Amino acid sequence: MTTAATPMSVVTMPARSRSEVIAFAVMVALLLIAPVFIYPLFLMKALCFALFACAFNLLLGYVGLLSFGHALYFGWASYVSAYAAKVLGFNPEFAILAGALTAAVLGLVAGSLAIRRQGIYFAMITLALAQMMYFFAVQAPFTGGEDGIQSVPRGYLFGLIDLGQPLAMYGTVLVIFLGGFLAIYRIIHSPFGEVLKAIRENEPRAISLGYKTDRHKLIAFVLSATFAGLAGGTKAIVFQLASLTDVDWPMSGEVVLMALVGGLGTVFGPVVGAVIVVAMQNYLAQVGQWVLVIQGVIFVACVLLFRRGIVGELAARLRIKL
Amino acid sequence: MFEIFGIPSQALFGQLLIGLINGSFYALLSLGLAVIFGMLNIINFAHGAQYMMGAFAAFFLLNFVGLNYWIALLVAPIMVGAFGVVIERLLLQRLYKLDHLYGLLLTFGLALIIEGLFRNYFGSSGLPYRVPAALQGGQNLGFMFLPNYRAWVIVASLTVCIVTWFVIERTKLGSYLRAATENPSLVRAFGINVPRMITLTYGFGVALAALAGVMAAPIYSVSPQMGSHLIIVVFAVVVIGGMGSILGAIVTGFGLGVIEGLTKVFFPEASNTVIFIIMAIVLLIRPAGLFGRRA
Repeated sequence: MTTAATPMSVVTMPARSRSEVIAFAVMVALLLIAPVFIYPLFLMKALCFALFACAFNLLLGYVGLLSFGHALYFGWASYVSAYAAKVLGFNPEFAILAGALTAAVLGLVAGSLAIRRQGIYFAMITLALAQMMYFFAVQAPFTGGEDGIQSVPRGYLFGLIDLGQPLAMYGTVLVIFLGGFLAIYRIIHSPFGEVLKAIRENEPRAISLGYKTDRHKLIAFVLSATFAGLAGGTKAIVFQLASLTDVDWPMSGEVVLMALVGGLGTVFGPVVGAVIVVAMQNYLAQVGQWVLVIQGVIFVACVLLFRRGIVGELAARLRIKL
Repeated sequence: MFEIFGIPSQALFGQLLIGLINGSFYALLSLGLAVIFGMLNIINFAHGAQYMMGAFAAFFLLNFVGLNYWIALLVAPIMVGAFGVVIERLLLQRLYKLDHLYGLLLTFGLALIIEGLFRNYFGSSGLPYRVPAALQGGQNLGFMFLPNYRAWVIVASLTVCIVTWFVIERTKLGSYLRAATENPSLVRAFGINVPRMITLTYGFGVALAALAGVMAAPIYSVSPQMGSHLIIVVFAVVVIGGMGSILGAIVTGFGLGVIEGLTKVFFPEASNTVIFIIMAIVLLIRPAGLFGRRA
């Protein structure tokens, strides 16, 4: 904390801590050199899920709202982006934007319903609404049902850069991820973000201080859905595919797992968690259904033993902010 | 044969029957969820998996031990309920002082483990379980054909629901339970073993899920993912009914089953989603749920 230098300071806004700046620099450096050593498609998948997990963490980690239906925004954004790019012939940047906008609208509708109840009910409502939209995705003609939307063209970014090139695609995904990450960081550290944390700690108190907590919760929900949509749309372009897997409930569970493993309410936790979960799926793909069992065991272990998650634990041990 | 609103009576009453059957399972499962939530303040995400375990237990008992449906109806819930007791003692007990959300996450993890293990050994395809001999065949009621087994499921689940309601709302044991829900430390001060009551309540809720599973086995095929599809619908049922009232859970369960059945007749495209749509409408009009009190 840098506020120690000014003893008479009444500043309540935490300044950017040095540990966060260093960690961010390390993360960017790692991501820049990573394609030399690691298969770019794996990295892009990890980055899409990292952004998804950061978006989810914005809600659970900073407002204390457990959305168990975030696959809804991720999956529907990927459908809309895929459809826009393939059928409507949008440029990739507009296709992704269309996906994110769709997620924002869906987040507005689902969020305004879900915030009418608290706690455990909130989780059940978000899960049920997501399942409803899953059934729409199964039936709707434009999603392609079981086949999904396949062979989506990556196209040319701004009409110029061929995203068929793995490195061009990787750079694009990296920029989107870093943009989303920094935006979420900014939101968390804004006065608005401080109110969100106040709601997480003690909602009745925040109400009594005059904050319209429902409005804050809804805005946070829409923001979270939008970033989840940004991640989903990007994934559709990268993998040239939108499918039912991305809207189904196990996907909602996976993003919870990523945030939980990395550390709820930490800035870097969801990124670490996403990389670990995606890597696990990649390397354990041959053991089939055991992936489900292993994910379950990690859930149980995290809840019982490591509620702070990897990054949260690390930050607590080193007494720094991460 | 006659028609109602241009729909043949056979089809209408047939779907109504399916609705009542589904409603029986919604009612049994949401009842179990409500009982567990009342005592433990935990939403048991593993409820669907435990329902599936009940069906599998019946399948094992029949095919490997040679015990028929009627014995399974008693033994399977006891086996799965005992499993629930172990889970509560070993895992859930550690979470009572934490945010309720951790209970949800832990039981979600358990559901993944259980479903994953069963899928590993039994694949995704369903296993058949035949209707017990005494309940084969059916009655021709003139306007429809009523299979005996389905009539039995409706009657049996209704009976179990009403007995559970009676025990909780009208007996001394039930009054202890309700008191412990309101103020556990005071009830403990009166010399009642509340932790044991909590353990047994969880075991009972889980046993209800397993009982539903045994009854479902001859209707739906026994498969590892039979629970995970159902549990999300049951969550919506619970949101609609509100978990404050036992009777509310029962009425909502049966009612929504019937509405879902009728939707299959009149507007089949929406039959998968109608319960979720009703949930959204209820949230707009009565945010606390039909039978719920504002927390």
